[in-house]
Amino acid sequence: MKPVAIRDLCISFGAVQVLHDVTFDVASGESFGLVGESGSGKSTVLRCMSMLQAQWTGDVIIGSQSVREMPLNARVRTVQMVFQDPYGSLHPRHSVATVLSEPLRIHGLDRQRARMEQALIDVGLPVDFLERFPHQLSGGQRQRVAIARALILEPEVLLLDEPTSALDVSVQAEILNLLARLRSEKGFTYLMVSHDLSVVDHMCDRFAVMQAGRIVEVLDRAAIPSNAATQPYARDLIAASLAYERAV
Amino acid sequence: MTDPILDIRNLSVRYRGTPDPAVRGVSFTLGRERLGIVGESGSGKSTVGRALLKLLPTAEITAERMQFEEVDLLNAPERRMLKLRGRRMSMILQDPKFSLNPIQRCGHQIAEAYRTHVRASKAEAKAKAVEMLAAVQIRDPERVYMLYPHEVSGGMGQRIMIAMMLLTDPDLVIADEPTSALDVTVRLQVLNILDALVRDHGIGLIMISHDLNLVRNFCDRVLIMYAGQVVETLDAADLDHATHPYTRGLLAAQPRIGGDRSALPVLERDASWAQTGATT
Ligand SMILES: Nc1ncnc2c1ncn2[C@@H]1O[C@H](COP(=O)(O)OP(=O)(O)OP(=O)(O)O)[C@@H](O)[C@H]1O
Ligand SMILES: Nc1ncnc2c1ncn2[C@@H]1O[C@H](COP(=O)(O)OP(=O)(O)OP(=O)(O)O)[C@@H](O)[C@H]1O
Ligand SMILES: [Mg+2]
Ligand SMILES: [Mg+2]
Repeated sequence: MKPVAIRDLCISFGAVQVLHDVTFDVASGESFGLVGESGSGKSTVLRCMSMLQAQWTGDVIIGSQSVREMPLNARVRTVQMVFQDPYGSLHPRHSVATVLSEPLRIHGLDRQRARMEQALIDVGLPVDFLERFPHQLSGGQRQRVAIARALILEPEVLLLDEPTSALDVSVQAEILNLLARLRSEKGFTYLMVSHDLSVVDHMCDRFAVMQAGRIVEVLDRAAIPSNAATQPYARDLIAASLAYERAV
Repeated sequence: MTDPILDIRNLSVRYRGTPDPAVRGVSFTLGRERLGIVGESGSGKSTVGRALLKLLPTAEITAERMQFEEVDLLNAPERRMLKLRGRRMSMILQDPKFSLNPIQRCGHQIAEAYRTHVRASKAEAKAKAVEMLAAVQIRDPERVYMLYPHEVSGGMGQRIMIAMMLLTDPDLVIADEPTSALDVTVRLQVLNILDALVRDHGIGLIMISHDLNLVRNFCDRVLIMYAGQVVETLDAADLDHATHPYTRGLLAAQPRIGGDRSALPVLERDASWAQTGATT
């Protein structure tokens, strides 16, 4: 549906520059992975793309429009984000029903109750969870509510920050299957942060490796099993992941 | 088991206002070892951990026995629990950012936690906090010391929680998904820190995790939970030979590097799994 182009993205907090000229492209309907060191800036890239962080320089273009120029209303229907930290992203005093109905109401969509119920079923939660509050959910259940909220507006570009790292493998399998199905049916474009290269290999066509605020290498998924990376950090990361899968 | 750190028999937990208990009839003992708890999202893993520390104000806890060393947890008053928590039994919570105070710098929180347990000057506490941040492989500990919780990355938040636990010398550590947000390299370093605590300090470690590779290779024994019950207990090395259909389903649902990318097998949940619980 819509390609994404990121050009020379830079951001600093105080005196510390956190992103250095981050540049990459995600093709329309592609699923693109972002991996790398903890603290290297992966979540910050996604926060800049969704304008949660605004003081960056460079360009983020979705389709043919810069995200800076998109009106809020159009932006949230174009790009949605699933946060790494579901507690932080759900309002503690809003029930699941409130969380899911708000975007529907703002955009005046019809069949609200049916959409909300379907969104919960899609992420494997019982429909009566609509009445619950975040503190009454387990960690993985909160994460699934956050995924349901991002999907309910059917955005063309989904930014997924460790969407399944809080989930057990059986629920992870259901969510990954759901994401794969939505992509093949609706042509969504995904940008997915993960620490798990087996998830990246399963879901993504290509991926970028980040270290200390820079993209060190962009690789095809086929580079994982054979460790075909050429940059030292990317090679180390893939080697460590291969060893971890085989042995820890 | 001689001289267990924990002896838990028939533990059940029911949250107020819910019809069914979140945890039912869970029994296990813990020695100076690494015990993994795996299981479906919502199966009650974190509830077990919080029940052991009695951190469940809105729930009713029942058990035949809940013994931590010489302490009868079931009948211990809150006064007693306050002295135990953080000092002799520590929990690394699943949502690190939620458990930190949002309006106080991360480093100050570690330093203050240190000063509640150990008599130390402010400068000593700060030096200790920076040292602990470095111990958990945070790159520039002086900078991270000054950051507020919303300014640290997911993996940094997890390591700040671990740093806080390392301050004291607990006998029991309950780690709830302590490494899920860490890249593989840092994860192995953090696991080595936890491993050293078990090996050198003889602590008991309960590791709640979704990562089957991790529990297989890092833990000694594993409890498998389903719908609030322990359905299977295994030596970690035998995880691949699990017999319970839920455990087998878990193993099959794991994506593999170099896999064929077809839809992952999902569990066909069977109502009978929730009825028959096994105990240790
Ligand atoms: N608002 C902020 N103020 C100051 N520093 C910040 C802020 N937001 C992020 N940072 C810093 O930017 C760096 C990158 O953080 P980011 O959350 O993007 O990392 P990450 O790659 O997502 O890591 P992880 O895998 O651990 O989640 C970190 O050093 C973090 O402390
Ligand atoms: N305060 C509460 N009130 C009511 N129900 C609750 C409360 N806290 C948790 N629950 C429910 O208890 C069950 C067990 O939750 P728990 O957090 O122990 O799961 P978990 O195994 O840790 O899951 P996850 O892997 O997703 O973190 C879940 O169904 C959850 O919805
Ligand atoms: Mg992050
Ligand atoms: Mg939990």
